[in-house]
Amino acid sequence: MIEVISRPHARNLVRWAQDKPEVIVLSADLTGSCEADDFQKAFPDRFFSMGMAEQNMMGFAAGLAREGFFPFVHTFAVFLYRRPYDQLAMSVAYPNLPVRLLGFLPGLISPGGVTHQAIEDIAVLRALPNMTILECGDATEVESVLDLAQGVHGPVYVRMLRGEVPRLFSPDEPLRLGEARVLTRGTDVTILSSGICTEEALRATASLRGRGVSITHLHVSTLKPFTDTTIVETAASARYGVITLENHSILGGLGTATAEAMAEAGLQQKLVRLGLKDTFAHGGSRPYLMKQYGLDALSLVGAVEQLLGASFNLTEADLASIRLDTVHPRSNVEAL
Amino acid sequence: MALNTPHKPTLSDRWQDEARRVARGVRLRVLGHTLKNNGGYLSQACSSAEILATLYTGVMKLGPSQAPPVPLPFPGSPGPHTPQCFTGALYNGPRAPDLDRFLFSPAHYALPLYATLIEVGRLAPEALDQFNQDGSTVEMIGAEHSPGMETTTGSLSQALSQAGGVALARRLRGETGRVWVFMSDGELQEGQTWEAFAALIFYKLDNLGVYVDANGQQCDGRTETVMGVEPIRERLEAFGARVVEVDGHNPDSLAAAAATHPRGQGQPLVVLGRTDPCRGIELLRSRAPKLHYLRLKNDEERKAYQEAFARLQQEVR
Repeated sequence: MIEVISRPHARNLVRWAQDKPEVIVLSADLTGSCEADDFQKAFPDRFFSMGMAEQNMMGFAAGLAREGFFPFVHTFAVFLYRRPYDQLAMSVAYPNLPVRLLGFLPGLISPGGVTHQAIEDIAVLRALPNMTILECGDATEVESVLDLAQGVHGPVYVRMLRGEVPRLFSPDEPLRLGEARVLTRGTDVTILSSGICTEEALRATASLRGRGVSITHLHVSTLKPFTDTTIVETAASARYGVITLENHSILGGLGTATAEAMAEAGLQQKLVRLGLKDTFAHGGSRPYLMKQYGLDALSLVGAVEQLLGASFNLTEADLASIRLDTVHPRSNVEAL
Repeated sequence: MALNTPHKPTLSDRWQDEARRVARGVRLRVLGHTLKNNGGYLSQACSSAEILATLYTGVMKLGPSQAPPVPLPFPGSPGPHTPQCFTGALYNGPRAPDLDRFLFSPAHYALPLYATLIEVGRLAPEALDQFNQDGSTVEMIGAEHSPGMETTTGSLSQALSQAGGVALARRLRGETGRVWVFMSDGELQEGQTWEAFAALIFYKLDNLGVYVDANGQQCDGRTETVMGVEPIRERLEAFGARVVEVDGHNPDSLAAAAATHPRGQGQPLVVLGRTDPCRGIELLRSRAPKLHYLRLKNDEERKAYQEAFARLQQEVR
């Protein structure tokens, strides 16, 4: 049965930063909400409350980074790029400073409504030179993303998860830069999912395989640079087409990056992009929002049916009953 | 207003003479350049000449320039594939725990800054031949590859927050050197400036000092008609800064504010230099209140400015 980890970042940040005195945490009045409170207690001299002033926080982070510190900026994803975009662009990204931007509650995860929903962050930041963009899909990725970010010479934006986070991937298989996880291999369709959508996709793919659909499923965590050749290779081998599923607008995120990669490689495959269809959302529960805006398992089933010209008569109840286990992608690619 | 702040003879006369010479040289160079290029940020030179001159001759503790006198061409923007990038901060000397740092905020004051660097011997006069030329780092609105600049702050008000980060880092490291910021008063309209002051004061960063060129001018005209920022001193004091309001054309007063600033009391310093945007070039006054950028309209005007240049040249000699 799938394991659920409570507040994985809170504990992991303290453990990870223990022997790294140059790591500093900045927070904009969302310290507990971004699981930086344990760090604040453990290392009060390395924690700086910057108040509700994100533009200034970007500048302070930049100044600290210029002096050899590694600022880990904690706030909700939406407040890292919308309000302080100019500061992020000119004070942090232009000088290519090693500022680590940990954005919590990306996409529709937030119950806070449209003001709190970062739905175009990847699109905006993919267009910003020097940015590296990562997205966590489970507890293992939350626990391994700090090492990965710290290895990047330049600013890194991370779509983080908080609270009760499922462990989909074995702790022995940490996040790797620029490497998608191949969860299953098949010949009919290639599905690329990211972030929390991968858990949804796993429910759909398990049901679809039961109906005889042969699926390649990739979990993508590095959204920029988007250079993993596995993506184009698996897209090329999909008989009926490719589907992307992301907790983001279909404009500028995983779907767009995949389309660009496929077009540049000259692939003829059809592509279906699932995600927010150029619309804002509103406040509501995560299951409601994912269903309403077509980011859930059933939406993915619908897209597969569309590509195959088939109908599987799967219901929400069928998908909800799927039992998920931790995935061991590298040790056993075919099994789930 | 404290335009007539009494002379405080706390520092030797030698550097004062030097500061005044540098300031005159800045006006002359910027005017000469404006004539040659049929346009330029002249009023900024008129207002800030003494502040910049005083910072470089009587306030900042800097080592010798580490950069070539004639600037290198644009090396590309910083990034993973441009290891050849360099910083304009090299013109302000090496980094060392006991040396000061300088962050220059209003990047459109680039020409007065380059002229200052030339006058204090950190930049070759020929550097101005590259001003605004394609492929050059001597840009019209400079960035962090431009001489004397450490940050990219053409989008105004971003330097102060970055200076706060630098000052905080230096305090964490126990460094004694200070961090100086040069700002224009128009930048007080940006919300980020106030966010920054709140944080500087919250973290008691008394190793940071700000020189404000309060010339009361901005792109659209007089600041008081565009969006009021007064009373600047009272506003900043209410935030908790230590504000010293001085005649921004008086090197003595400008330098004394820094020399007498107490460390250890947790207050960042703001030196509010009240300045005249036409100081030294009376002819410019006819353009008021639109002083942001001078473009010469016709031959008659060009002739008048050439005569002003000749007069200024005499004064400098």
